[in-house]
Amino acid sequence: MKRLLLTALLAASVATTALVPPSAFADSKEQYVPLPTYRVGPYASSGTLWWAGTLDYFRYINEVEGGVNGVKLKVEEFETEWSPDRTVEVYERVKNGKDGAPVAFFFTHGTPASYALIEKGAADKIPLIDPAGGRTESTDGTVFPYAFPLLFNYFSQASVGINYIAQKEGGFDKLKGKKIVTVYHDSAYGRETQAAVELLAKKYGFENYQIPVADPGNEQSPQWRQVREIKPDWVFLRTWGVSTPVAIKTAQRFGIPADHIIGDVWAGSEADVIPAGAAAKGYQALAPYPGGASFEIHDRLRKTILDTGKSDLKDKKFFGAVYYNIGLINAVLAVEALRAGQAKFGNKPLNGEEGRWGFEHLTIDDARLKQIGFYGLLQPIKLTPSDHEGGGAARIQQWDGEKWVLVTDWIQADRDTLRPLIEAKSAAYAKEHNITPRSPTAEN
Amino acid sequence: MNLFLETLIGGLLAGTMYSLVAIGFVLIYKASGVFNFAQGSILLFAALTFVTLLEKGLPFVAALAVTIAILILGAIVIERTVLRPLANRSPMTLFMATLGLSYVVEGAAQGIMGAQVHALDLGIEDVPIFLGDVLISQFDLVAATTAVALALILALLFNNTRIGISLRAVADDTRAALSVGINLNRIWQIVWAVAGIVGLVAGMLWGARQGIQFSLSLVVLKALPVLIIGGFTSIGGAIAGGLIVGAAENLAETYVGPYIGGGITPWFPYFLAIAFLYIRPAGLFGERALERV
Amino acid sequence: MSQTLSNPPLVSRGVAPVTRLAPVALPGPRLGLGLPALLLLAFGVVPQLGGEYWLGAILVPFLILSLAGLGLNLLTGYAGQTSLGSGGFMAVGAFATFGFVVHGGLPLPLAIFLAGLVTAGAGLVFGLPSDRIKGFYLMVSSLAAQFFFEWLFQKFPWFYNYGSSGTITLPRLELFGFDIGSAQGRYYVTLSTVVLLTWIAVSLTRSQIGRNWMAVRDMDTAAAVIGIPVYRSKVVAFAVSSFYLGIAGALWAFLYLGSASVQSFGISRSFQVLFIIIIGGMGSIAGNFIGAAFISLLPLAIDHIAQGFFAGHVDAGLLQNIQKAIFGLLIIGFLIKEPDGLARLLRTLGERLSNWPLRF
Repeated sequence: MKRLLLTALLAASVATTALVPPSAFADSKEQYVPLPTYRVGPYASSGTLWWAGTLDYFRYINEVEGGVNGVKLKVEEFETEWSPDRTVEVYERVKNGKDGAPVAFFFTHGTPASYALIEKGAADKIPLIDPAGGRTESTDGTVFPYAFPLLFNYFSQASVGINYIAQKEGGFDKLKGKKIVTVYHDSAYGRETQAAVELLAKKYGFENYQIPVADPGNEQSPQWRQVREIKPDWVFLRTWGVSTPVAIKTAQRFGIPADHIIGDVWAGSEADVIPAGAAAKGYQALAPYPGGASFEIHDRLRKTILDTGKSDLKDKKFFGAVYYNIGLINAVLAVEALRAGQAKFGNKPLNGEEGRWGFEHLTIDDARLKQIGFYGLLQPIKLTPSDHEGGGAARIQQWDGEKWVLVTDWIQADRDTLRPLIEAKSAAYAKEHNITPRSPTAEN
Repeated sequence: MNLFLETLIGGLLAGTMYSLVAIGFVLIYKASGVFNFAQGSILLFAALTFVTLLEKGLPFVAALAVTIAILILGAIVIERTVLRPLANRSPMTLFMATLGLSYVVEGAAQGIMGAQVHALDLGIEDVPIFLGDVLISQFDLVAATTAVALALILALLFNNTRIGISLRAVADDTRAALSVGINLNRIWQIVWAVAGIVGLVAGMLWGARQGIQFSLSLVVLKALPVLIIGGFTSIGGAIAGGLIVGAAENLAETYVGPYIGGGITPWFPYFLAIAFLYIRPAGLFGERALERV
Repeated sequence: MSQTLSNPPLVSRGVAPVTRLAPVALPGPRLGLGLPALLLLAFGVVPQLGGEYWLGAILVPFLILSLAGLGLNLLTGYAGQTSLGSGGFMAVGAFATFGFVVHGGLPLPLAIFLAGLVTAGAGLVFGLPSDRIKGFYLMVSSLAAQFFFEWLFQKFPWFYNYGSSGTITLPRLELFGFDIGSAQGRYYVTLSTVVLLTWIAVSLTRSQIGRNWMAVRDMDTAAAVIGIPVYRSKVVAFAVSSFYLGIAGALWAFLYLGSASVQSFGISRSFQVLFIIIIGGMGSIAGNFIGAAFISLLPLAIDHIAQGFFAGHVDAGLLQNIQKAIFGLLIIGFLIKEPDGLARLLRTLGERLSNWPLRF
């Protein structure tokens, strides 16, 4: 009998999977927003706050503002455990929309997934959004019409890091002969900035050292012993996950002062410094997504979402945490892009092609930032068909032992210097894939 | 030369952190022949429970006691629901069951206690001590002392208590042990509970270093080479294996790594382990199986 | 300790142990109408009925995972050598295929075949220690392959043609000049490959090589005594198994995902493949397909059921973690109830059904 039950279970599982709706196209007044998420596994600590921020903002739009110009967002989550393979499956499941509500964009929520989907997105005409991540050369929208490494691509991250170091040293001419060590997570993400740093090292004459930390990076003595031997002036820390607090602690053990370590975006959240305890005091990090709950949008959310019990946050103390704010910012970028698209196509749910047009014409200036309550939290951003990044700046925040304190205004990356690198790579991609780059001005 | 000494000493000390994790495997394998892959999740679960209780305001000792109680309860549940129904199945089936178990434990740990990263301050200063020019980590010294102390305590328990002696009897010859009236199920419960407590100690030390978070469960990947170098059945072997792996991996990363691109620590210990195994197929201190046709 | 392992079961539980002794005459394939019908269904009917999602996102990965399971099953279920390096070998297949296409300019089918051979060579090398290292020691050692290949294909940009982010992508899927980029095209290519390789695997296990493997699995000392070249059999098993895994890796990268990096072939992939053969049934060819179906569909099914019933009522994080725990519980449950895998479960069921009116 038990065997029968088990068989029945198996049959039921097959049957339920069969019921997945490759949905019919009815007319719908809703915009479908599928989110591949990770609330389980090694990356869940960042994920849970991130999705809380995203969901809270979407709820705010739906319930307080009545949708994006009246179009409600129909949000659905899919667990992926940050596996690109499962994200691909989710993408295939959702790309045709749901119950007639179309998909205008797909957050990949991870660089590997962005890579895996880049051709499918182009073929299906679904914009893939991966702020502060993604495939760097897809910044060139003439070759990659449907990929958006929005806001702050990896080359810009390297550039802002070096610019800030120059600022601290008192000018770019002071960089000459300085030793800058990059300690990086030994993965595609970690290595992505190498070309940019190399170029900048040539330009400014600093000595460039690259030291890899193998995943997951819970033991790093050999690496930091090497760093100590080099006696660096600055350390650029490009780790992720558990390798960040371990790096900060190990650095302290080898006598490298925390205030001479600059962390990258993905090494600059509370989860990265709290486990390191006192060792992290003075540590600085790039913040395209600054931490803090004192921005205008937080007041609005506190009133309408947090205090009314509608927030996805389990623990209110994380309101305004870096990852929560990442979620907010990504959500507002999507909403503003929808508005841009609606301005052209009418106040209705958009499909992927219209969504792309929206993103390519996304402009948020200071005035708009103040209107939507993101001034100071989000940089001004302007995308064009040939520039899918559109921002390229970050503030610097410093950990004071309790919280992140913003120590600079927006520092702009030297995007002109790095653009040729991006174009060389995108041209190579275009050649390999027989893509004729579209003319950036042809369609408007 | 200083760099060499420093790397060597640092590596030896760091290696004992791996030993701590490996001891948990050895205990269970010795008593029940189970290669318990869930040890990493149990370590995570234990540390997470402890720190959650601590953050709820319990004093250190109380949190420790409650965590240990939960671990003992967990061991009993695991024995009843997983081990007993699977008794006498092939070692591979049991191994797979522990993989399934690791999903359950991880799901429970993150589901109940959340996914957030917790800091754990054990009050150990992590500042460098200088011995001449050689830098030594104070934290590593404490960890090494703990590992050795733990191994000694376990050895004493095995040799001088009734439970320990029954446990060795079970390990030596299960049938003979059964025939003299040793309660096998009880022994398994005890061993799984002790392995859980060892996991708690390891989890606390690793957690103090890297924060208590999901990736604690990944330290098992560091402990496995230690385990096979030292042998699945020897606690002393786990300590020796840890020292060997720690020293070798630090020296290799420092002196060989730069020539081949670095980041070789994930696989280097495994190659080392294969080399050791090729000479001693059951590890340095493991027991060689007699094969009868 | 190890004596306990080799001791016969203390209590007979009325089920055959996992390692059955090979009978003198292997049962012939019960072809009947079942197999042709299944093939007709797979080649003719399914592509017509299944939409893009079903073909591209469910069936293609299912078939590839079955193939990977088949590869590991030859090594573990037939030759008795356990490996946790499957993910690493799949990576070799994927990266070698990419290399042959990009650096060598070879057509895709030839590149995949050669990549299989390269992987077989890699498997052979990592199988060399198997003459002295056994059991769990061998299994843990096989992680060396896993971590080494992960490192290798990330560290040296030549392997991914100096592209960014260590990702490999092939320009356009072509087979003898036909575009096979569509879900249907990918399905057909995968299905044909899997059918062909399964047929070869079946023949192999029935040949002298397969019989030697089973003798080695059941007791290698005894096998050596009766003159079976034990070491050679083991090494050959490693090579053949890796060949299958290599092909599976190449298909996974280029026919399913479209692009891949080493993350797609991490240690969790190795565990997944091992799960497939344990759940499906060690030493069973059909078991690989059943196990792969179980492993790839069950999480989706749990997800659908959970979303349908609980979404909105239960905290999303808790819900996802409960799903994970349920998956673990189901695996334990299956191991307890059906140690020989789902293949055996279905066979028993089939036997019962064939006697149906008399006894059920």
